Amino acid sequence: MAEMTRGVAPKTYASRAWWALSVACLVAVIGILFAIFAFVLARGVPALRPELFFTPTHGIAGGLSNAIVGTFYLVAIGLFMVIVVGLGTAIWTVEFAPPTGQKVIRFMVDVLAGIPSIVVGYFLYVALVETAGWGFSLIAGSLALAIFMLPYVVRAADVALTNVPTALKEGAFALGARPAMVISSINFPYALPGILTGVLVATGIGLGETAPLIYTAGWSNYLPQLALTHSPVGYLTYVVWTYISQPFEESHQLAYAAAALLMIFVFLTNLLARSFVEYKLGGNRQRN
Amino acid sequence: MAAINLSVRDAAAKKAASPPILQRVSAQAIARVVTGVAALISFGIIFLMLFFLVAYAYPAIRFNGLGFFISPIWNIGNQYGSGTVTRAGFSAEAGASFGALVFIFGSVVTAVITMIFAVPLSLMVALSLVYRVPRQIRPLANALVELMAGVPSVVYGLWGLVVLVPWIGGALAPWVTAHLGFIPFLGGASGSGNGLAASVFILALMVIPIMVATTRDVILAQSTSLFEASMALGSTSWQAMTWAVVPSVRKGVVASVLLAFGRALGETIAVLMVCGAAINSFPQNFFSPVNTIAAVIVSQLESALTDASGMAQRSLAELACVLFIITLLVNVIARGIMRGADRREGAKA
Repeated sequence: MAEMTRGVAPKTYASRAWWALSVACLVAVIGILFAIFAFVLARGVPALRPELFFTPTHGIAGGLSNAIVGTFYLVAIGLFMVIVVGLGTAIWTVEFAPPTGQKVIRFMVDVLAGIPSIVVGYFLYVALVETAGWGFSLIAGSLALAIFMLPYVVRAADVALTNVPTALKEGAFALGARPAMVISSINFPYALPGILTGVLVATGIGLGETAPLIYTAGWSNYLPQLALTHSPVGYLTYVVWTYISQPFEESHQLAYAAAALLMIFVFLTNLLARSFVEYKLGGNRQRN
Repeated sequence: MAAINLSVRDAAAKKAASPPILQRVSAQAIARVVTGVAALISFGIIFLMLFFLVAYAYPAIRFNGLGFFISPIWNIGNQYGSGTVTRAGFSAEAGASFGALVFIFGSVVTAVITMIFAVPLSLMVALSLVYRVPRQIRPLANALVELMAGVPSVVYGLWGLVVLVPWIGGALAPWVTAHLGFIPFLGGASGSGNGLAASVFILALMVIPIMVATTRDVILAQSTSLFEASMALGSTSWQAMTWAVVPSVRKGVVASVLLAFGRALGETIAVLMVCGAAINSFPQNFFSPVNTIAAVIVSQLESALTDASGMAQRSLAELACVLFIITLLVNVIARGIMRGADRREGAKA
């Protein structure tokens, strides 16, 4: 008996030590990330003065209104494009595609998700800004965001539409509904929470992107005009990136304020997305 | 939604007199074509990207030749009218040399060192998240991990620039070079803090949440019977985890590591803010300035725009092609492995 405990004990201690180490890693990673968030919010939130929202940047100081409105335009137009194309892709994949087509689309969309954002940005710089001669513009910037957001929307909509119970669809057909009617009144309402979650996750990602916009949206100190081409647009991530390297306290304040705003926006979209997931789970449970 | 419903009903009411079969066929045909076009766009974007980038970079590919991958010197040439140099039928300003070796090397080294730190850490974090975090706070921990994955990279870059870089330059690097300088790659000049170490640190923080989330999911998807059987055979819970459960999901783990590697290779703005933007020099030690393909495409744009011959811009496009192809390969391999793993798990279930 004594021998046995002697034989068992060391490996139990080793196990405990390893587990302790793994928990320490978890605490360390969450701790460092918390420190980052706390640092940015602690510097940025006090810098968020009300007039920032109504004054555009000028030179190294001013407000953020041009960047906030620009970010909003870029993401909104990008979302519009990505919802049209992404939903269409998902519907085709789920409803119409032959098995090979399904596999190919899913694979290509997965691969697209791994393409670095700077490559997307440079592609659109070459194709739209240079070759088409549209210059730094709203349309080029929102297209860059749309390409980057596309995989998230397609995947979410694909999963959501695939999970619509076949029995429901068949029931609708049996009652004489036409395909368009089945898609609009059975598939979509059922899949909507899942699709919205994907769209919100994509929104968060679009809000925080910098690299694909540098080459496509450019930068402007003025409020964006509603011109799609030949008119550069300001956005929040640019302020964070460039203003922090300026040697002036005012520009640092702007950079922190922009970073805090971005984090707040991203947290909000994430929270909304989570609430949709929960709504969806609740809904499914009720239906079952 | 309501509008769609209404219009469908209106259309149905209006066409009630026409033959229903014909209408059904045509509505479905329209839906098929419209969604098919959308799918074609999603399918074709990657090819369109590759086509445009290669076509635009073609003069640079011919002009630079193999030197692009061999030469460490990036120089857009003399811009003050001292003539041009022509190679393979394409010309750039005199003295121009577009060698990308420093950037390609920098990308690979940064990403590989990042993974050396991030992979064990992520595994440990994922294991403790699955087996050691109390059930009550697990949703919170999961939400946190996903939130971290969504934080804009420029925010990480901001923190890196303001907090991490001064700390590395002022405290960590001097201490390490003084006390651990006998280890190769750790001795020598301690630098300003901008460089390889800062890039690796920031990249690790950015890819860890991604790897943790995917590793956690594949471990959770594995049934508990393996863990229980291993425990029944007398192993400790740690041994059961690391000898039975983790090896059984190794394909999923490898795929998630590759995906994170692709992310690390392609990350631009956070790296650009802390890497020190080295040009024409390789990192001498862990604290030297470095540069990556993604970062150099942004940091060299303004200088490239001043190149009257346009060859610098085209060479940047060639760099984008190289990054595109590297990440494409990494991703295709990762997805292939992941699919294999899914199929195996599906067959088992």
